Amino acid sequence: MSARHPAPKQLQPTSFAFSAANEAEIKKIIAKYPAGRQASAVMPLLDLAQRQHDNWVPLAAIEHIATLLGMPYIRVLEVATFYTMYNLAPVGRNFIQVCTTTPCWLRGSDQVLDACRSSLGIGPGETTKDGQFTVIEVECLGACVNAPMAQIGDDFYEDLDTASTTKLIEALKRGETPKAGPQSGRRSSEPLSGLTTLNAGGGGE
Amino acid sequence: MPTLKIDGIEVTVEPGTTVLQACEIAGKEIPRFCYHERLSIAGNCRMCLVEQEKAPKPIASCAMPAADGMVIKTDTPLVKKAREGVMEFLLINHPLDCPICDQGGECDLQDQAMGYGRGGSRYQENKRAVTEKEMGPLVATSMTRCIHCTRCIRFVTEVAGVAELGATGRGEDMEVTTYLGAALSSEISANVIDLCPVGALTSKPYAFTARPWELRKAESVDVMDALGSNIRIDYRGREVMRVLPRLNEAVNEEWLSDKGRFSCDGLSKRRLDKPYVRKNGKLQAATWPEAFAAIAAKVQGLNGGEIAAIAGDLACAEGMTALKDLMSGLGSANIDCRQDGAKLPAGSRAGYVFNSGVAGIDQADAILLIGTDPRKEAPVLNARIRKRLLKGGLRIAAIGPKVDLTYPVEWLGNDATAVAGICNGAHAFAEVLKSAKNPMLILGQGALARLDGAAVYSAAKAIADNCGLVKDGWNGFNVLHTAAGRVAGLDLGLVPGQGGLDVAGIQSAAQSGQVKFVYLLQADELDTSKFGSAFVVYQGSHGDAGAHRADVILPAAAYTEKDATWVNTEGRVQLARRAVAPPGDAREDWSIIRALSEALGKKLPYDSLGQLRRRMLELAPHFAAVDRLTPAAWNVATAPGTIDGSWGFVYAVTDHYRTNPIARASGTMAECAEVARTGSVKAPEKMLVATNG
Repeated sequence: MSARHPAPKQLQPTSFAFSAANEAEIKKIIAKYPAGRQASAVMPLLDLAQRQHDNWVPLAAIEHIATLLGMPYIRVLEVATFYTMYNLAPVGRNFIQVCTTTPCWLRGSDQVLDACRSSLGIGPGETTKDGQFTVIEVECLGACVNAPMAQIGDDFYEDLDTASTTKLIEALKRGETPKAGPQSGRRSSEPLSGLTTLNAGGGGE
Repeated sequence: MPTLKIDGIEVTVEPGTTVLQACEIAGKEIPRFCYHERLSIAGNCRMCLVEQEKAPKPIASCAMPAADGMVIKTDTPLVKKAREGVMEFLLINHPLDCPICDQGGECDLQDQAMGYGRGGSRYQENKRAVTEKEMGPLVATSMTRCIHCTRCIRFVTEVAGVAELGATGRGEDMEVTTYLGAALSSEISANVIDLCPVGALTSKPYAFTARPWELRKAESVDVMDALGSNIRIDYRGREVMRVLPRLNEAVNEEWLSDKGRFSCDGLSKRRLDKPYVRKNGKLQAATWPEAFAAIAAKVQGLNGGEIAAIAGDLACAEGMTALKDLMSGLGSANIDCRQDGAKLPAGSRAGYVFNSGVAGIDQADAILLIGTDPRKEAPVLNARIRKRLLKGGLRIAAIGPKVDLTYPVEWLGNDATAVAGICNGAHAFAEVLKSAKNPMLILGQGALARLDGAAVYSAAKAIADNCGLVKDGWNGFNVLHTAAGRVAGLDLGLVPGQGGLDVAGIQSAAQSGQVKFVYLLQADELDTSKFGSAFVVYQGSHGDAGAHRADVILPAAAYTEKDATWVNTEGRVQLARRAVAPPGDAREDWSIIRALSEALGKKLPYDSLGQLRRRMLELAPHFAAVDRLTPAAWNVATAPGTIDGSWGFVYAVTDHYRTNPIARASGTMAECAEVARTGSVKAPEKMLVATNG
């Protein structure tokens, strides 16, 4: 993880406003906190802003949220730079976060990154020229049991290898939304070789 | 009250005391970086580790409350090893640039590395580097040196009240910065330089000019506002290199306003270093005898009523004593020290000082500000009000134009008649004052320097009487001055005598030709075009407004160049020591007047500072109580009048960084004024680097 700074000025929009739907959502979020403690809503609001604004938080949104919550600008910037899940610069429409922490790495995350590189032509931390894909390396996302894995958008794609990663990317290129979860055919984190116990009664589904 | 044992010494401390404070009480010094007694506890540097019996590992003493029966050890091998470990981590990323670092010689990290540092580093990897940060014209940054103690962030947020500093990123990538490189907007921002335990935040104007061991020090008093902050002047040879605050709990704690700290470069610019005499409409350099002869020729034959004198904001008590004696020797009653025209009564001392004392703010539970913007008029005092407000249980209201005081205030509108409303009980805030235990009002010069100032003053005095501001052991009637010399002037009686004229009177009489000779002692903050054809003598340190109008200029020493007495807004008498010699032919105020008096044939009866000070004590006996506050008796006479509600208050200080000749001559203050005027936010492109992940 390297230091995260806001995007350069030429990429920053001059203004930011929440959509009407989000405005209503904000009211609900702020209402969750006691009066005078509305600053607690800063994280969900930043998340809303990011979702509304092509998956990244511009400075204008930071300033807008600060004003909305009565916080100094720097306090919101602190939060936005502290949490790596807030993107401070534009990212591709498909935001691929490949886990490369030890369990995933042992299980072949290098092949996943290589597959991204060969089918997209970009390495970690880069965005395709058409702005469709961004690939980054991330630390453990907590799905080690199905390693290696990547998070695309909000979904986890697990049990990846070169072939399945390439397939995923091809599907994304076609504009499809591939089915989330393990790509190996197994269900959740059941054994790859099939259930060995508790296998009577349909496995709980 | 918890009793604990520290290295075998038993101490009993107040509940809520931390282990670190208890160790200090026991006389044990604990190294620290993040802990500071005037800031909230962060506990993030870990340098203050001590050993606690029965605790599994060393504890951070700054964040641990002292508890009964604790056994603390501060000098065991375990403690030393733990601190050495912390120091090693701190030094992993700290650059080895002490030889080029301005903090060198007065650096906490340097000092403590002597005690706890290893000879060499075990770390092979590259050190971290951080991009430069911009914090305005006063604070130079070298953030690679930052050890993330967060003192600066806490100071700016808690004490200064402008949450403009923060830490972005996290872990190794944490960077202390302002929002996109905006300049700090606080008037006391430069205190972060003193707070920074390393060389990350250093003084920009002082950068690379001197090493602390080359400097000689003189203890003095700040004259940039009327608070009288205690300062230390660091000088080398004939030059004042920098000004630092001195600790005085009763006045400035350990803070200093930026103006007090950085206007010192104005001391070497636009100085008057020789006498001048106007010949054929042009000022020409002269010698002292020539200048005195020119004055004597003019004064010859004038009667007392045709002579007037005005003492300005930066006039010291010694100079004013001599001026007063000279004027009475010449038979003139036209003398005034209130060049802004504030309708302040001389007579009773309680009527014009900050009676509760600055420390009294800590006890106040209701404050009414009348026509004062303390943030601009006395920034350090404003921080004290803020500190009191944060403690809770304080109602604070203000009458005047709305400004940002760095804390919330109930604005009662900018209606001068509201003062009368409170004093006759019609206004709701009167009840707040009445029911408070220690109520106070702070009366600004903006409320007094107006035509109906006397009426506003008497209404404020009536509030004090009607709402119980003055009682046993408490006097909440406070006047906040803006001029360092004002209280001394009023103490010494530099106000019009029997039949004498005040400043406005002197000016109109000069224009009508009735006053033919005006003596300006350090007086620049008045309309100098309004002296008609009078012969004007200007005695002062800088070529400012007064000197431009003058017919004779007498060069005087500035506050760093003389032993002088100053009386702050509380009425606290403080002595300033001379640091450097005045430039060229400039002399101390009193000795110029003493020499002139001989030329005028009215020789003053003192030849030394000691003799002059004895004379000063005759005029104002309380000047003997140096550094102490003597409560003044509450017997203030006021003249009834009607407040003109058709115009609101205008604060006495609007251009905070340019209030006196020294500040106006200072390049640093000009930069500060520019930043304050244009709004501080500017985004240097260099820090906006796109990176994600």
